[in-house]
Amino acid sequence: MRKTSTLERIRLFGRAGIDAVATLGRATVFLVRALFGRSGAGNPLQLLIKQLYSIGVMSLAIIVVSGVFIGMVLSLQGFNILSDYGSEQAVGQMVALTLLRELGPVVTALLFAGRAGSALTAEIGNMKSTEQLSSLEMIGVDPLKYIVAPRLWAGFISMPLLAVIFSVVGIWGGAMVAIDWLGVYEGSFWANMQNSVSFREDVLNGVIKSIVFGFVVTWIAVFQGYDCEPTSEGISRATTKTVVYASLAVLGLDFILTALMFGDF
Amino acid sequence: MQNRTLEIGVGLFLLAGLLALLLLALRVSGLTVGSSDTYKVYAHFENIAGLTVRARVTMAGVTIGKVTAIDLDRDTYTGRVTLLLDNSVDNLPADSTASILTAGLLGEKYIGISVGGDEEVLVDGSTIYDTQSSLVLEDLIGKFLLNSVNKDEAN
Amino acid sequence: MSAEQQYAVELKNLSFQRGDREIFKNIDICIPRGKVTGIMGPSGCGKTTLLRLIGAQLRPSKGEVWVNGLNLPSLSRSELFDMRKQMGVLFQSGALFTDLDVFENVAFPLRVHTQLPDEMIRDIVLMKLQAVGLRGALELMPDELSGGMKRRVALARAIALDPQILMYDEPFVGQDPIAMGVLVRLIRLLSDALGITSIVVSHDLAETASIADYIYLVGDTKVLGQGTPDELMNSDDPRVRQFMQGIPDGPVPFHYPAAGYRDDLLGGR
Repeated sequence: MRKTSTLERIRLFGRAGIDAVATLGRATVFLVRALFGRSGAGNPLQLLIKQLYSIGVMSLAIIVVSGVFIGMVLSLQGFNILSDYGSEQAVGQMVALTLLRELGPVVTALLFAGRAGSALTAEIGNMKSTEQLSSLEMIGVDPLKYIVAPRLWAGFISMPLLAVIFSVVGIWGGAMVAIDWLGVYEGSFWANMQNSVSFREDVLNGVIKSIVFGFVVTWIAVFQGYDCEPTSEGISRATTKTVVYASLAVLGLDFILTALMFGDF
Repeated sequence: MQNRTLEIGVGLFLLAGLLALLLLALRVSGLTVGSSDTYKVYAHFENIAGLTVRARVTMAGVTIGKVTAIDLDRDTYTGRVTLLLDNSVDNLPADSTASILTAGLLGEKYIGISVGGDEEVLVDGSTIYDTQSSLVLEDLIGKFLLNSVNKDEAN
Repeated sequence: MSAEQQYAVELKNLSFQRGDREIFKNIDICIPRGKVTGIMGPSGCGKTTLLRLIGAQLRPSKGEVWVNGLNLPSLSRSELFDMRKQMGVLFQSGALFTDLDVFENVAFPLRVHTQLPDEMIRDIVLMKLQAVGLRGALELMPDELSGGMKRRVALARAIALDPQILMYDEPFVGQDPIAMGVLVRLIRLLSDALGITSIVVSHDLAETASIADYIYLVGDTKVLGQGTPDELMNSDDPRVRQFMQGIPDGPVPFHYPAAGYRDDLLGGR
């Protein structure tokens, strides 16, 4: 109907750019204020434990189940391909490296964004729309400290632990399939794995990845909740945004981190 | 009451995470704690092609150590390989042979050590002189071709 | 100095805009100490925004907000948090913390701001709950309460620290007549018995008029009128009359601004 001129389009593009930068700025100020600054009300350890429970422990089931299945599938697929070259015993090394370097941190982060991230956004958004955040502020308690900070820390702590657990159960699932089902000799399965997996290069780099992912996913989730429009539509929009943005951020960062860690520059 | 279950749950979660990390370290990556129970031996090879750091060092098929460094010796133009051997195997004769072997046709390279007959044993910092370099497929084929050509000419 | 004694809250020459839209333009409002002041106006005129300005949750674009002799826009973030201990707010939805039961909700401000022993906190909480008539409900969770009860618990929480200023955001919306009567009585009682300065933001005419000592009528970015309920009822100002008597068309038009009706209907051809 209405025709937008080129100039108008450029203006809208500029506006979008300014909005994006402004949001990033707000998110950064939000993060700094939540993590530093004067301490909040209540026993911080108590608050942290509560959040570790609802963020970490509650995500454990989905992480363990997904981990076992992914490990089993990796083992099956890897065996099929490797047996063409007569190197079935290398399946252990393949499963372990794939999980430790890539799938452990990435899949855990994606599941984490879906399970804990969306829940965080919805919870904080709901607190905002029912004026609980305002109410805290008026009682003289900084909601950034009381609500946001424990959730951020719980996310930072939970994510690497979940990723490590994911890798371990994945390797266990892979070993089960390879050894008990496909008949790979147990000794060479583990020996091959141990020979090719380096603690510093593979395990620690994977853990570093998952720490970065945990930081980003939790940050996005909590900020989206805090910054959402306090209506039902606003909350559902923010929850969707959390999952989409967090997943994209994880995948993009994964490429950068992989290039830095395992690429030869 | 509710707090208690919460704390137990979180405690188990943290414990599971740390245990998982420990498993990854010991079982999956075969990390050995501390390095005091190993000793270092050097071996010079004319060609180490394909051997990588962290490759196994075996004797009679049993893993007794690993390769920790590979570099070029500037004076002799040979590849110097640093081996970290288990202290429990401290009775290797000084004239033992180290050879680069391949597991299967396309498998990984590793070092096999066969025993010599010397009275003296290898100690920390000593060098294995008797070495057999990696088998390079191209050289092998080249030699084979050359041999057959020579034979033809002799005939 | 005497002005400061007389007024608990003063807004001086205050403007506020959200985006490009002006909500307030150069308004002056003085809230007398120890009285019940009503702030009324049509929906969407920024009444709740006004409360947030007084609570310093929003920063004015221009002008001053004086509360108990302090100019809020000039205070630091931590000074603001200290200042807010002297204020209580009853939010529209009650805003109870959903993961805490009634007792902990009321005890929350005490636990945060005082080092009182547990028995004393328990006594204070029981007294506050008794004042709103909900001492029996102390073990219930917020989602087990009716809307009116939630608001009463929130009121008990708001007065837990004995604030000097108590603000009510639309306290009468969505309440049945009994709950409404209870709230009206409580607000009056708290003001008379404890000398609390009360600010009631509402568009419910009858209830606000029945408890307020003084009323400000705001709308269209300005203060339209002020005075005691009786004065406003008998005001000659057409805008004040339209609101106070609920006349559908007047200075606040019934129709959203549009082109001529006739032109619009015929223009489609």
